Amino acid sequence: MREAIEGSAAIAKAVAMCRPQVVSAYPITPQTHIVEGLARLIADGDLRAELVSVESEFSAASVVLGAAAAGSRAYTATCSQGLLLMTEVLYNIGGLRIPVVLTCANRAIGAPVTAWNDQQDSMAMRDTGWIQLYCADNQEAVDTTIQAFRIAQNAELPVMVCVDGYVLTHTLEPIDLPSQEQVDQFVPPYRFSRALDPRNPISIGNLVTPEYYTEARHAHHRVLIRARDEIISADRDWAAICGRAWGGLLTVDGPAEARVAILTIGSVMGTLLDARQARPELGPVKLIKLRSMRPFPVSELIQACEGLSDLIVLERALSPGGGGIIGAEVRSALFDLPSKPRIHSFAAGLGGRDMPLEIYARLLERIAQPEPAQFAIFDLELDRLPLQER
Amino acid sequence: MAIEQTHDVNELRRRQPAFRGLDAGHLACQGCGQALAARLVTEATGPDIVIANATGCLEVFTTAWPRTSWRVPWIHSVFANAPAVASGIEAALKMQGRSTKVVAMGGDGGTFDIGLQALSAMLERNHNVLYVCFDNEAYMNTGVQRSSSTPHAAMTTTSPPGRERMGKRHLRKDLLSIIAAHHIPYAATASVAYPSDLRKKVRRGLAIDGAAFVLVHSPCPLGWGHGGELSIEVARLAVQTGIFPLVELERGSVASAMALRQVRPVADYLKLQGRFRHLFDGSPAAAEELEHLQALANHNIELYRLRADTPGARDSEGADTVRRGGLRWA
Amino acid sequence: MTEIRIHGRGGQGNVLAAYILAQAAFEYGKFAQAFPSFGPERRGAPVTAFVRIAAIPIRRYCQVTQPSFLVLQDHALMHTPGITDGLPANGRILVNWSRRFEPTVGRDGHEIVVIPATTLAMEYLGKPVPNTALLAALITLTGLMPLEALEKALALRFRDQMLEGNIRLIHQAARMVPAGLWKETADARGD
Repeated sequence: MREAIEGSAAIAKAVAMCRPQVVSAYPITPQTHIVEGLARLIADGDLRAELVSVESEFSAASVVLGAAAAGSRAYTATCSQGLLLMTEVLYNIGGLRIPVVLTCANRAIGAPVTAWNDQQDSMAMRDTGWIQLYCADNQEAVDTTIQAFRIAQNAELPVMVCVDGYVLTHTLEPIDLPSQEQVDQFVPPYRFSRALDPRNPISIGNLVTPEYYTEARHAHHRVLIRARDEIISADRDWAAICGRAWGGLLTVDGPAEARVAILTIGSVMGTLLDARQARPELGPVKLIKLRSMRPFPVSELIQACEGLSDLIVLERALSPGGGGIIGAEVRSALFDLPSKPRIHSFAAGLGGRDMPLEIYARLLERIAQPEPAQFAIFDLELDRLPLQER
Repeated sequence: MAIEQTHDVNELRRRQPAFRGLDAGHLACQGCGQALAARLVTEATGPDIVIANATGCLEVFTTAWPRTSWRVPWIHSVFANAPAVASGIEAALKMQGRSTKVVAMGGDGGTFDIGLQALSAMLERNHNVLYVCFDNEAYMNTGVQRSSSTPHAAMTTTSPPGRERMGKRHLRKDLLSIIAAHHIPYAATASVAYPSDLRKKVRRGLAIDGAAFVLVHSPCPLGWGHGGELSIEVARLAVQTGIFPLVELERGSVASAMALRQVRPVADYLKLQGRFRHLFDGSPAAAEELEHLQALANHNIELYRLRADTPGARDSEGADTVRRGGLRWA
Repeated sequence: MTEIRIHGRGGQGNVLAAYILAQAAFEYGKFAQAFPSFGPERRGAPVTAFVRIAAIPIRRYCQVTQPSFLVLQDHALMHTPGITDGLPANGRILVNWSRRFEPTVGRDGHEIVVIPATTLAMEYLGKPVPNTALLAALITLTGLMPLEALEKALALRFRDQMLEGNIRLIHQAARMVPAGLWKETADARGD
């Protein structure tokens, strides 16, 4: 049913329809409305679940770990400082391959102290062994959340659904919420193959010596790469039920003859779509939306970049002292190709800085220069810094 | 071989099989108080539990992949989160309508220090979980570093005695008062020297519909500097000196305390342990520390009214089933 | 695309006003987007909220930098430096003010219309929440949607007495501003 609803409220409803039995979270802006929405649904009896209001995000992650390991579907949401506080437990959940779902309401990380949107938080967690999916608008957030519960269970891996904080969570827009019947058709009842059960006692989280550790890591890496099949089939099967597809791991939008492409992730994609439509005179440009960051879609990327002369990577995070994060992974993925585009790596919109429609034209202008941008912060305002810091 | 029939109660009790939730074959040191305590706990709980175990000695010596000594479902996550993991398991089992109980386990490091926040929150939310702390008074797994549970003046690798120091500077954290302040239905202290009392307290805690906490004094021969064969004697002396009172709290108020039939001087307890060796060098500083420790014991005796007027079946002698030959009566 | 910026202080419900306006546009069959200017929650600070309304799907997620219309929930905000930033030459301002005067051109050359929204709210709702009266005045001035659309949006959030009071309130507010005065502006920037 289509309604004009706040992103957070829609995500809460989507989560509720997937019937989690345990929800645990600690408040952090801008995730709060999601959890408050779930609390209201539980209080009204619309969702039958235990809401464990914990004393820190570290515990929130631990509660969902325990609940999922004990055989109940479990969910949490956080971002930024809270996500980082969970780091140890996220690695634990990943390594133990426990199928929980987490919404990351993407927010920048202090210092400098911030409350605004960028993607540094989830990028910092890319090595935890979780599946990471990014949503470009609130409809995609709803559908991807529902898909996440199925993907998590079938792949037996945790899934992080990333949604730009404030920009998506606090924006009200028309969203088509599926029916409970549609969701029940799609998301199977929860089952964890290694559930903690006195009828079949096992030990989880054993000490692993150098003799076995490497093999466990290989197994994890392999399973995470193969999860691409689950991500693709979930998207396809959900589309068959509700009519909306989100491109699996990566989408390409634009004319076949385009030689220039902009690759990005999250809500800025919508701005680029409108900007491109408003500036047809700037020539044909492909817009590549990266949906899955983990597993990283190497083959889809290579295919999308075929025939390109220039590829702009526009991301919302960076690795200080290194450069672009997605930029580096894109370069690495394309490195061995006999013919590859010039790759321009940019970070922008850090700490909630607005990315206006004009950024589209400015990006295309910038790549006209002879030297490709190895890495630069695109929307830098140097005069806001003292001389010695420029 | 035919089993001879008997009506002898003691013999029947002897033959009664104990449930081995923690079975033999683990890698604990000889005389490990924690291994003994954990075994006694699972004897009392029976098989219908799920354990959430914090990082520490117990987890390391019982689950070296690909083996495990646990015959109950068991999970270890990270150091600070056993109470939170236990909370999650409890919430799940509750939603599934199952009566399996959750037992969280941690050492003093994971309970007094790094896991205190998660423990406090689990108690505040009154999850239906029994938390058992195996207190060997230091971070033993990592090589005997001090924790907030380490007694005043004890030697550890991070509180060594020397020219400027007499061992650990700070008083042992009064965790029981912190637990009491949460007003949970049941909390207790126990000791491996009094196994029947320990099992009884575990069963009481397990029977509570809500949060329960049991602190088990568990000597560590390596860390405390005594032979493995002395673990029980050392633990007993801790009780008999008043250093480690055995009490029960209901909603924060003292409901019972094991009376001391004969109060032993603290020095009797300390002199058996290498970690207190520096207190017996005859120096004035050492004498002062001995006085401090005796004062702490005296304070406990007064606070919990531990001095027995008359001998009792459940006092520090009456309850001492180990010395009487280890017959199980509880 | 019509873009509107709403200024108010924390606790005055201007984010809610933006959401209601967007929902009303949606009820009328349009596409709409509403979002607050983001920051840590607290009372009393000048908060800003935005609304976009269009006949085609709105895909952009950038800030509204050149609104056609400003709504001020508190007349004292008119003195805030930069309050009219981004408002083009023919931009219009709707102000909650108990002082009555005819539509007038302000210092910056923008036409200002006032409505005593708080007074109305006290009369019809018993609470000093000016936002629904302001919304009614705005849609009457601009012709962006009929009052019925706003009624439907209100019905999504309010019940019983609060809903009845709000319905009567918005009809009264609509009578207090010249209908269609800003229709040209709205149409020029609309789709």
